[in-house]
Amino acid sequence: MLYREAGDFSTTYREDNQTFPIRFDRYRYYAVMLIAFLVIPFFVNDYWVNAIFLPFLIYSIAALGLNILTGYCGQVSLGTGGFMAVGAYAVYKLMTAFPDISVLIHIVLAGGVTALVGILFGLPSLRIKGFYLAVATLAAQFFLVWVFNRIPWFYNYSASGQINAPERTFLGFTVTGAETKAWVAYLVCLVFVTISAIVARNMTRGALGRSWMAIRDMDIAAEIIGVNPLKAKLSAFAISSFFVGISGALYFSVYLGAVEVGEVFGINKSFLVLFMIIIGGLGSVFGSFIGAAFLVLLPVLLKNVLVGYFGWQTDVAAHLEFMIIGGLIVWFLIVEPHGLAQLWRLGKEKLRMWPFPY
Amino acid sequence: MPEQLFFTIEVILNGLMAGVLYSLVALGFVLIYKASGIFNYAQGVMALFAAMTLVGIMEGRIPFAHLINAILGTKIHHFGWHVNAVLALILTMGVMLLLAWLVQKVIFKHLVNQEGIILFMATIGLAYFLEGVGDLMWGGDIKMLDVGIPQGLNLWIDETTYNMFDYGFFIDNLDIYATVIAAILVFVLVGFSQYTKQGRAMRAVADDHQAALSVGVSLNFIWIMVWTLAGFVALVAGIVWGTKSGVQFSLSLIALKALPVLMLGGFTSIPGAIVGGLIIGVGEKLFEFAVGPLIGGATENWFAYVLALLFLVFRPQGLFGEKIIERV
Amino acid sequence: MLSTTEGYMTPDGRQIGGVVMEMKNITLKFGGVTAIEDISFDIHEGEIRAIIGPNGAGKSSMLNVISGFYIPQQGEVFFRGAKRAQLKPFEVARQGIARTFQNIALFEGMSVLDNVMTGRLTHMKAGIISQSLWRGPAEREETENREICERVIDFLEIQSIRKTPVSRLPYGLKKRVELARALASEPKLLLLDEPMAGMNVEEKEDMSRFILDVNDEFGTTIALIEHDMGVVMDLSDRVVVMDYGKKIGDGTPNEVRNNQAVIDAYLGVSHD
Repeated sequence: MLYREAGDFSTTYREDNQTFPIRFDRYRYYAVMLIAFLVIPFFVNDYWVNAIFLPFLIYSIAALGLNILTGYCGQVSLGTGGFMAVGAYAVYKLMTAFPDISVLIHIVLAGGVTALVGILFGLPSLRIKGFYLAVATLAAQFFLVWVFNRIPWFYNYSASGQINAPERTFLGFTVTGAETKAWVAYLVCLVFVTISAIVARNMTRGALGRSWMAIRDMDIAAEIIGVNPLKAKLSAFAISSFFVGISGALYFSVYLGAVEVGEVFGINKSFLVLFMIIIGGLGSVFGSFIGAAFLVLLPVLLKNVLVGYFGWQTDVAAHLEFMIIGGLIVWFLIVEPHGLAQLWRLGKEKLRMWPFPY
Repeated sequence: MPEQLFFTIEVILNGLMAGVLYSLVALGFVLIYKASGIFNYAQGVMALFAAMTLVGIMEGRIPFAHLINAILGTKIHHFGWHVNAVLALILTMGVMLLLAWLVQKVIFKHLVNQEGIILFMATIGLAYFLEGVGDLMWGGDIKMLDVGIPQGLNLWIDETTYNMFDYGFFIDNLDIYATVIAAILVFVLVGFSQYTKQGRAMRAVADDHQAALSVGVSLNFIWIMVWTLAGFVALVAGIVWGTKSGVQFSLSLIALKALPVLMLGGFTSIPGAIVGGLIIGVGEKLFEFAVGPLIGGATENWFAYVLALLFLVFRPQGLFGEKIIERV
Repeated sequence: MLSTTEGYMTPDGRQIGGVVMEMKNITLKFGGVTAIEDISFDIHEGEIRAIIGPNGAGKSSMLNVISGFYIPQQGEVFFRGAKRAQLKPFEVARQGIARTFQNIALFEGMSVLDNVMTGRLTHMKAGIISQSLWRGPAEREETENREICERVIDFLEIQSIRKTPVSRLPYGLKKRVELARALASEPKLLLLDEPMAGMNVEEKEDMSRFILDVNDEFGTTIALIEHDMGVVMDLSDRVVVMDYGKKIGDGTPNEVRNNQAVIDAYLGVSHD
C-alpha cells in the first residue's frame, strides 16, 4: 500500500525528467545509499568484501560500460576483457611512473586511456554491423591480451610477466597493495560505482542516450532523422570503454593486486560481463547492477551449497555452474530479453495498481 | 638461398593444410547461417562435445558418472567394455542428431524471427551450456582419441623431396589425412546442397523463409537437418583436432579460428569459407614465420582477426558476399 | 503548367511562396537498373506536393534522393537557393528536411516521448560533460525541447500515449507518432512516404486532416507519396507523375487528371 503514485504529480518537465519520479522510489534510493555508505563499512569482514562486495561493485562498472555500448547503442562487444586489461595496465604504468600523484586520479586517467583505445577499435563499427562487428571486437580482445603479454614495457620488464600493484594511499588510508583494509577498498569502489551509475543514468536519459538508442533500434532511420552515426557510435565506444577501463583498473589495483593478463582478462571475462547485462537487462542501468550481483553470487552460492554442504567435488559444481549460466542466458533471451530489470519493472507496475488492478 | 625458399614453401604447405581445417569448421557455421540466419557460436563446443562423446562411447564411460557419484555416493565410472570405432562413430552421429533436434525444439523454435544478434547471444549461452553438459557427462579430463588415423612425419614425402631438392619437407601424416577428409566433406556438402531435393529446400529456406514455407518446405525439418549437418561437420573437426592434440577444452577454441575466416569469406558463401580458410591458414603461418620472431611470437592468436578486420573495413561484405544495398 | 520560379495562389486562396527545392535532371541507377531517369521538378514554399505513380515507378527512390539517403549518379539538387553538396543523410536532416517512412521506422525500444524527442536531436548541442552531470545547458535544453515536443504531441492528439513504449502501439498510431517525430524537428520541408498506406477510412481522414493542419498552421512545405488517388487529388496543390523512372506529368491535380500520358499509364481505363 506504500507504493503509490497517486497524488504525486509532476508539475514541471524538470520534475518529470527525474530519475525516480515516484516519491517512494526516491526514498528507497536514499535509504540504499545510506546503508551502503554508512552502515555496511562498519560490519564487513575480509571474506564478504573479497568474495562478494568488491567483485560485485567492480563488475557493476564494467557491466554499466558494456550496457551503454550493447544495451543502449546496440553494438555487441566481445572485447570487454581486453578493455579491462587496458585499464589495468594503464593504471599500473601510471602508478609506477608518477608515484606522487593520487592513485584515484590514475584510475580515472586509466579510464581515459581505455576510452581512446575503445575509439580506435570502435572505428570499424562505422563500416560493419551486427555480428561482423561482434567478431571484430574479438580482434581487440586477442590483440590487446597479446600486447600486454608479449611487450615487456607494459609490465615494466618484470621477470614473471605479471604486474603487481604498489602500495598507495589516499588521505592517509592505504588504498592499494597488501595492507589495504577491506572497508577502505569497499568504499573506494563504492564511490566509483556511485559516480559511474549517476553519470551513466544522466547520459542515457538525455540527448546522447537517445541518439544511441536510435542507432540501436534502426540505424538507417536514425541517420535520416539527423543522428550522426560516427559521433553516436564512437561516443558509445569511448564512454563504454571509459567505464570498462575504470573497472579494469580497480580490478587490478584495489581488488587483485597482481595480474597475469591472459588468465584474468581473457575472453571468458568478456563473456561474463556480456552475460551480466543479458541476465540483468539490456539497456538498463539498474539491470547492470542486478546482472553483476546475480553472476557474482551464483558461483559463491553454488560452491557453498554443493561443495560446502553436500560435499560434491569442486569440478562437478563448476561444470554445473556452466550449465546453469548457459541455460539461464538462453532462457532469458527467450522469455525476457530485457532481463531481470524488466521483471522488476513489471513487478513494480503490478504493485502500483495493487490491489485494484483496473 | 634455396634453403630459405624451401622453408617458406613448407610453411605455406602447412598453412594450407591448417587452412583446410579452418574451412571445415567455417563450413559448419555457413550451413547453419544460410539456412536459419543463426550465427552459431557454439560450433566449436559442438566439435568438442562430439569428440568427447566419441571417446566416451569408445572407452565405455558411463555418462554423468561424476554427477551420479556425487548425488548417490557411488563410485561408478566405466561400463567395462570397449566399443569399436566405427560403431562408436555411428552412435555419436546419433547423439549429434538428437542434439540438433533438442536445440531446435528447446531453443530456436522459440526464437523464430528474432534479430540475428539475439540468436547469436543465444548460441553463446548454448556454448556454455553444452560445455557444462559435456564435462559433466564425460568428465573434464584430457582424453586421447585414436580412431586409426596415422600420425607422425610422412617419410615418403620427406625422402622424395630430399632426393629431389636436397631438402626434406616435414609434413605430418595426420595433416594429409585431415586435408583429404576435409576436402571430401566439402565436396559432399556442396554436392548435397546443389543437387539433392533437401539441399534445394535448404537453399530455398536460406533465401526466404516465408516463400519456402508457402511452397511446402518444412522449416522445422530443414533446421533440424542443418543443425545435424553442422553436428557431423563438428564431429569430423573434433576427430581431427582431437587426434592431434587430445580432446580437451582448447578444442572448442577452433571456433574462434573459424570466425575470422567467416568475416573474410562472408557468412553466406561456401566458396568464401573455403578460400577464406586457406588465406587465413597460409597468412598466419607466414606472418608468424616472417614477422613473429621480431615482435615476440605467438601472433597466431590475433593475426587472423586483425587481417579480417582490416579487410572488412575496406570491403564490408567479405570476399564473396553480395553487395549490401540498404533500403528504408 | 505553372511558372516554376514565382509563387502562386491556390484555388482555396493560400499564397504559395517561391521555390524551396529544385531537382534538376536526376538520374539514379542500381547496378544495371535505372530507378530514376532524368527527372526535374521543384517544390514551392508552403505547398503540398505529391509524387504519384504505379508500383516500381521510382517514387520512393525519389524521396530517398531528396532526403539524401541515395546519391544520384547525375543531376543536381538545389535546396533554398543553393546547390546541395554531397551530404550525408544526417546533414540533410540538419538542413531542415524531415521525413516519415513507408514501413514505419520508429525506434521500437523507446517510448513515444523519447521517439518524438529524437526529432529534436538536431537542435540539441549540450556537451558531454554537461550531459553526464545533468546540469547547465543539458538540463536547460532538455526542458526547452521537451516543450516543443509537447506542443507537437498536443497537436497530433497523442498525449495519452506519451510514455507508452512504441512497440505496444497499433499501426495507425505508430504512423502518427512518426509524423510527430518528423514535425518535432520543425522541418522546412517535410517528406511523407505513403502516410496513409494500410489505413482504414477513418484513419485516413484523420491523417489527411493532420497533414492539412500541419501545412496550414506551421506553413510547412510538404512533399508526399501516396497511392490513394482520391486523397492525393484532394490534398495536394501540385502533382508529379512518374512511371518506369520517368516523369510523365506535372501540374495541378486537374491538369494531371486530364493529361493523356498519365491516363494511359496510371489512371487509364477507369476514366472511360
